[in-house]
Amino acid sequence: MTYFLWAAIVIVVLSIVALVYRLVKGPTPSDRVVALDTIGVSLICLVGLFSMLIDTSYFLEIILLLAILSFIGTIAFSKFIEKGDIITRDNSR
Amino acid sequence: MTILANVLVVFLILCGLLFLVVAAIGLIRLPDLYTRAHAASKSSTLGVMCILLGVFFHFWLNENHFNPTILLGILFLFITGPVGAHIMSRSSYIAGVKPWAGTGRDDLKPEIERMKKEQNLK
Repeated sequence: MTYFLWAAIVIVVLSIVALVYRLVKGPTPSDRVVALDTIGVSLICLVGLFSMLIDTSYFLEIILLLAILSFIGTIAFSKFIEKGDIITRDNSR
Repeated sequence: MTILANVLVVFLILCGLLFLVVAAIGLIRLPDLYTRAHAASKSSTLGVMCILLGVFFHFWLNENHFNPTILLGILFLFITGPVGAHIMSRSSYIAGVKPWAGTGRDDLKPEIERMKKEQNLK
């Protein structure tokens, strides 16, 4: 089981390296945001596999935390790309 | 029982790894933003759900520790992954990212033009 988990971690790290290639090269900022979102998802997998490897369940709250932070980051970046600002001002008052 | 649980966990983690690798290859090889967002959102969401399900079954069946946080994480990723990709590709279309040159039809273009015209009228 230990060797299998190490092999799985190595495969996930290789896919993160492939995503970093797209993050560096990506022609538009949107490509970079999509690559960063997928890197966050792969990081969640890495946390799960690592907590299986060292046999502790104290790291499992980090999974939910990373998912929420990655979603908020993607929403903020997409609002910035669309309008130029993230939190719009209320004009009616 | 332990062997059966280990077979289940290894199968789920292998499925998740396959989908993650497919998502990474898709992000490298596909030609424009929209196809890349397509590959990244579906495939990586399914991959991370499979791997987290494997982790959940490992902690439940082998360690006797039922952990609802992972289930909540799976549910949250299942809701937010496609929504994030949708908002990202729609806002980058409005910001003017061109689709691939071989795209056959573009149904969003007249809608966006109509929306911009209505906003100018106001």
